[in-house]
Amino acid sequence: MTPLVAATIPDVVTFALCAAVVLSGGVGVVTSRNAVHAALSLVATLFGIAVLFIEQHAYFLAAVQVVVYAGAIVVLFLFVIMFLGVDRREDVEREPLKGQRPLALVFVAVSLGGVLALAAASNWVTGARKVAGSRTAGGHTDTYLLGKSIFTTYLWAFEITAALLVIAVVGAVVLARRPPSVHDAGEDPGTQGERR
Amino acid sequence: MTHASSGTMTAAAGTAARDMVRTLTTHGDPLFAHGVGWFVWVVVLVKVLVAFGVLLVAVMLMIWFERKLISDMQSRIGPNRAGPWGLLQTLADGTKLFFKEDLLPAQADRFVFRLAPYLSLVPALLIFTVVPVGGTVDLGGHRFELQVADPTIGILVVLVMSSIAVYGVMLAGWSSGSKYPLLGSVRASAQMISYEAALGITTVTVVLVTGSLSTRAIVQSQASAFWDWNVLRLGIVPFVLFLTAITAELTRPPFDLTEAEQELVGGFHTEYSSIRFALFFLAEFMNVITMSGVVVTLFFGGPDGPVPHLPSFDIWFPTLWFLAKVFVFLFLYVWLRAALPRLRYDQLMNLGWKYLIPLSLGWLLAVAGFLVDGWWGAGIIVGALVVTGLLVRAFSVGRLRTERQPLLEPVGARADRRALTVVSAAGPGADLATGLPEGPGSGEAGG
Repeated sequence: MTPLVAATIPDVVTFALCAAVVLSGGVGVVTSRNAVHAALSLVATLFGIAVLFIEQHAYFLAAVQVVVYAGAIVVLFLFVIMFLGVDRREDVEREPLKGQRPLALVFVAVSLGGVLALAAASNWVTGARKVAGSRTAGGHTDTYLLGKSIFTTYLWAFEITAALLVIAVVGAVVLARRPPSVHDAGEDPGTQGERR
Repeated sequence: MTHASSGTMTAAAGTAARDMVRTLTTHGDPLFAHGVGWFVWVVVLVKVLVAFGVLLVAVMLMIWFERKLISDMQSRIGPNRAGPWGLLQTLADGTKLFFKEDLLPAQADRFVFRLAPYLSLVPALLIFTVVPVGGTVDLGGHRFELQVADPTIGILVVLVMSSIAVYGVMLAGWSSGSKYPLLGSVRASAQMISYEAALGITTVTVVLVTGSLSTRAIVQSQASAFWDWNVLRLGIVPFVLFLTAITAELTRPPFDLTEAEQELVGGFHTEYSSIRFALFFLAEFMNVITMSGVVVTLFFGGPDGPVPHLPSFDIWFPTLWFLAKVFVFLFLYVWLRAALPRLRYDQLMNLGWKYLIPLSLGWLLAVAGFLVDGWWGAGIIVGALVVTGLLVRAFSVGRLRTERQPLLEPVGARADRRALTVVSAAGPGADLATGLPEGPGSGEAGG
């Protein structure tokens, strides 16, 4: 309802706090030696971003951010970490790929430069230099607007993404099923052919 | 901000209710419609403090109620020493826990171990904020609702908080650095994630007929008469699914595999003691109360009910209705605990994935179809029946195959079976021990 460009003092304070949470979470993800601590830092980052969404009056996105990312994806990360016991310390001195550290620095510099350049001339993606005013001012909630655009304008992209996710899940199941070992197959010839 | 004055207090049928829903959908809490002054601050503060206090006392009474009721059902007396009818038993237990030594296991991850109880408790408290406990009140030129907050995303807050609550259980188990808590928390997280899907889908069914996410709007849309309550309007099925899913989400019996005493000592909170242990219990019982409130809000019209036409009755009488409905569900939870045995783990997962999720999804599609028009609804029901037939066939094929060659066998079963094969092949009199652990090829070679 209030135009977004006219930031009030609470807006600024909220933004500063969230930015601090998001940044410290991001640093924590990279620097934590313990995988579980890294995952928790990721949750802090996602939570901060959710609050930033609320600050932008994108309530539905904020809820989805927490439900999907913090509530499902990171929980699955943690689940794998705990279940498979990969929360041990790894040897960080040896590089699996030769020269990956200098290359990582180069890539970081390139992508950071790219983001900054895009931010400086931000009409590349949206065609608008800045987004002023709330889309929700027309008497519709953000949920309504989001649903409408997803199920009309961007329906194709939405369905394709859904199909992609289903393919990924089926692929994961296929990969996770162990092929029958030799003596199992020998013991029970009836299942030999059907399994593949 | 030309807010309100459209809806009436007890909301008569038809357009008034729909107007109210629209107003709430686009404007949110009417308290903030005219900006935030000192009066608004006071109202918000009072609401928060009252809700907090009432919840804590309610938890105390709920624990007493559960123990007493279960005792009655099992022909025991139960707590009867502290206070009249043992009412102060929980207070005594709490005081005792508070003064006990707070142990920190040597293997524990200190920070996470301390953090986990609060990750359980805070969501439990926050869910209650969106539950409407009464009607609306006009006071000092402001109109406010008898609920702590009425955000436009209303019911999503419940889903958000229940997805955060998973962390409390999960991290408590992991950070204890001990086997039983870890097993308990792995079970818990798998269970909670599985049932969250069914929970979300049934919630969407309610949102679909309401046309709004706000809990106040959900309650208002059911307000005209009791046959407009969602439990009847949507058919009974979504309510049953929601209740099942929420019971599993709360890890209450019969879905309390996370703290199966015979197998896991105490589950995720085995290593906890003193006040942190008390916090977990506080969170569990608080969740039972708030989730009963959520069920009442979504399916039973919240504070809706006939109100006598007497002065000021319309302000506090709906709250009585709300409390009465919640009480029914509190009783139901205790009853379930006394009556039902715990499910096995594979039964739990089968119920969640193979029955609850497909059924809730099908029902959601049917409701959506009937909202468009009758033919769409009928078509979707026919389609759903066909898909159900296919699913049943797929399950039976899968079960046959699994019975022939189980994917997960009990430890040692395979070795036993191979030994039996060897024995039967070698004929009577062959020594069982010789055929046992020789490796894959030896069985056939020996035969």
